[in-house]
Amino acid sequence: MLNRRLFLKGAAVLGCSAAAHPWLTTVTLAQGAPALGENRLVVVILRGAMDGLDAVQPLGDPLFARYRPSLGVQTGALPLDGYFALHPKLAGLMPLWQAGELAMVHATSTPYRDKRSHFDGQDILEAGTGLDVPQPEVRDGWLNRMLQAVPGITAETAYAVGREALPLLAGAADVRNWTPDQELQLSAQSRLLLEQIYHDDPLFQQAAMEAMEITAGDRDASGAPMLPAAGKRLADIDRLAGFAVERLRAETRIAAFSLSGWDTHRQQKGPLGQSLSGLERLFLQLRSGLGGIWDRTLVVAMTEFGRTVAENGTRGTDHGTGGAMLLAGGALRGGRVLGRWPGLDETALYARRDLMPTTDVRAWAAWAMRGLYGFDRAVLENAVFPGLQMGDDPGLLR
Amino acid sequence: MTEAADILAFRFGTGLPLTPGAPQDATAVLALLAGPDLAAQAFPTPSPDAVLEVFARVSEARRVSRQTQQKAARKAYGKVLQEVLAQEQAILRAQIARAVDTQDGFRERLVAFWADHFSTGTRLRDHRALSAARMDEAIRPHLAGRFADLLKAAIQHPSMLIYLDQTASRGPGSRQAQGRKRGGLNENLARELIELHTMGVGAGYSQEDVRQLAELLTGLSFEQGQGTVFNPAMAEPGAETVLGRDYRGKGLAPILAVLDDLARRPETARHLAQKLAVHFLADQPDPALVDRMAAAYLAAETALMPVYEVMLTDAAALSPKMNKARQPFDFMSASLRALGVDGAGVLRMAPKPFERLIRAPMKTMGQDWGQAPGPDGWAEEVTAWITPLGLAARIDWAMTVPGRLVSGGMPDPRDLARRALGSLASPVLLQAVARAESPREGVGLVLASAEFNRR
Repeated sequence: MLNRRLFLKGAAVLGCSAAAHPWLTTVTLAQGAPALGENRLVVVILRGAMDGLDAVQPLGDPLFARYRPSLGVQTGALPLDGYFALHPKLAGLMPLWQAGELAMVHATSTPYRDKRSHFDGQDILEAGTGLDVPQPEVRDGWLNRMLQAVPGITAETAYAVGREALPLLAGAADVRNWTPDQELQLSAQSRLLLEQIYHDDPLFQQAAMEAMEITAGDRDASGAPMLPAAGKRLADIDRLAGFAVERLRAETRIAAFSLSGWDTHRQQKGPLGQSLSGLERLFLQLRSGLGGIWDRTLVVAMTEFGRTVAENGTRGTDHGTGGAMLLAGGALRGGRVLGRWPGLDETALYARRDLMPTTDVRAWAAWAMRGLYGFDRAVLENAVFPGLQMGDDPGLLR
Repeated sequence: MTEAADILAFRFGTGLPLTPGAPQDATAVLALLAGPDLAAQAFPTPSPDAVLEVFARVSEARRVSRQTQQKAARKAYGKVLQEVLAQEQAILRAQIARAVDTQDGFRERLVAFWADHFSTGTRLRDHRALSAARMDEAIRPHLAGRFADLLKAAIQHPSMLIYLDQTASRGPGSRQAQGRKRGGLNENLARELIELHTMGVGAGYSQEDVRQLAELLTGLSFEQGQGTVFNPAMAEPGAETVLGRDYRGKGLAPILAVLDDLARRPETARHLAQKLAVHFLADQPDPALVDRMAAAYLAAETALMPVYEVMLTDAAALSPKMNKARQPFDFMSASLRALGVDGAGVLRMAPKPFERLIRAPMKTMGQDWGQAPGPDGWAEEVTAWITPLGLAARIDWAMTVPGRLVSGGMPDPRDLARRALGSLASPVLLQAVARAESPREGVGLVLASAEFNRR
């Protein structure tokens, strides 16, 4: 159902603006490089609402500890800039912070307010729309709309990694979807016979050839140096990262996937720690696997909303509003906690319970795309994120 | 030479081999559909009361668990949730068993088609059995009847009222909205009712029609212990105007009247005809055929049999060119049928193997049964299903799972090719199957072939 209103609106806008783009130099295309150039963008959707206040703790605010008497704040968190501190389960990212390859955005959110539903929150996060467009009308995601603005894109340019639907990358632009856990182990003879029986059916032939090609790549990897095998819990992350690395080292420029496990209503410490360890592992694997390409890479991790400032009665936190975003990569001008900190005084909170959002998640994503690929502001504000005001340039990239 | 009965079994049925007495032509297909629903009798599902009873308990258990935050309450909730999921699995097994055993395959395909037309997803696992139950409760009884009745049954089913937020919609001037200053109109059901279920997106209606319809629908709701109800305290007082016509009166009467009117609109006729032709024939069906189907619908006062008849007797119905792909549910049931696993065998499987070998693979092929991505249901385009990932999952299943399903050893792949494909097996496929290194791989080739996966 791509013929819905928003899609049509978006496509029409793209149609006029894409033609006149300064960044679309024939040189890049003529050199045979993919239309997006050499920079890589990895988008990670953290499903379930990450507690940004636990991940990046505002220890400089004396009120913070009082809101969270039993969540273990201040125990082992690593100082970042004198005000904020990093959750101990992200300690492995400190070298990135020191190298300026890690940044956070605090007190940021989508335009979604008040209802605090994961479903609706994720829909809006991935659709990238404001509240003026009813969700059922949105059938494509912002990352796909970005690709729609780039002529010369091939399916290989962007990968949705994983089995789970990823509305972020859904839409008219052709993207690939694969999950490293899909096996296709065929004997040489079966492979040959499949090629024969699909020979006269281009649809089946192409799909099967692509699947065989991807899974063949699985086996002899790219020779990228990856971290030593982790425990079972992190093995999935390793496979995800390994697959993304292999693609990004080749023709792929955009990879997206989602990590679940952030909805920490009770006994938050354990489950949040596990999820953060997974995220840390993902960043480290990407960095180590991508090698020199890491310098041309930006990783953006975003979540549907934040969680309550105060802990609840079961040592957890409930659905909130303002949250945090994590950025990493060699292309990043990091070592900073970005965004405007609204404070934790009760009067400064949203609805007297949540961190007040002071920036729009979409604006950061838009600046990231502009920095990496040189998109016109008009494309980003009208087509990719219809109705967004990007505001001033935060200078995200080196 | 392809035979008509084989083509019909692929395009409008649940696959081969045909059993004795199976329909050989369109007339016979329609005659079976007009007769009694033998498949539902052979494989019953949990009763509506049983589903509602478990649903009431799981909702209450969830409430208690959330409120008390106690371990015992959480465990109690978990236990009832297992009952919900067991009911849902029983419904899925019945659906597969019917598709595997039936001669009346068009009926099963129509169940899937109309259930998809009236898709209800589930935001909570609590809702799974209720959502699946609408197939037998609201869809099956009306397949061969009038669309107006099908529409009324589907819209009033509890799963629809919950999924599209009708249970939270209160008229702005209703007693409840006035009293508590909270909650108001929710247009979700009204919008999808016009946009998806009847007239279709882009038809001539306005946002004001959607809003008026939403106000007209207020009061239609669901209550635990009672099922679908009309709650006057939620209803917007006064008359509403939808598409130029006034609706007034108490209770459900004006709501049923607007559903009748929506069902009879020419835009609805065209929308339904197009969807049927796209589902059964081709992603781009012949517009003249669609016109004739729509005309038959309007002439017969929304009766569906005449529409099916136009479609099944068109030349396109017997065209040897297979334009569509079997969706994963159809792939799975057709594979089981071809492998000789019967309906009773499907019911006999232990829950864990059933999940691992049947249900989870459908999800990896791209169709998480009962969990369509939105109210617009599953994708139709052949390219949405035959993707690298989707086809790899089919090939992987075909090459690895059948051996665990058949008793008494792998079938001879050459026999399987004839059973599964009849006259549709191409010489190239038969040759390749004969040259496979093992029966396992030969069987895999048959079930992975384009001939088997297209319809």
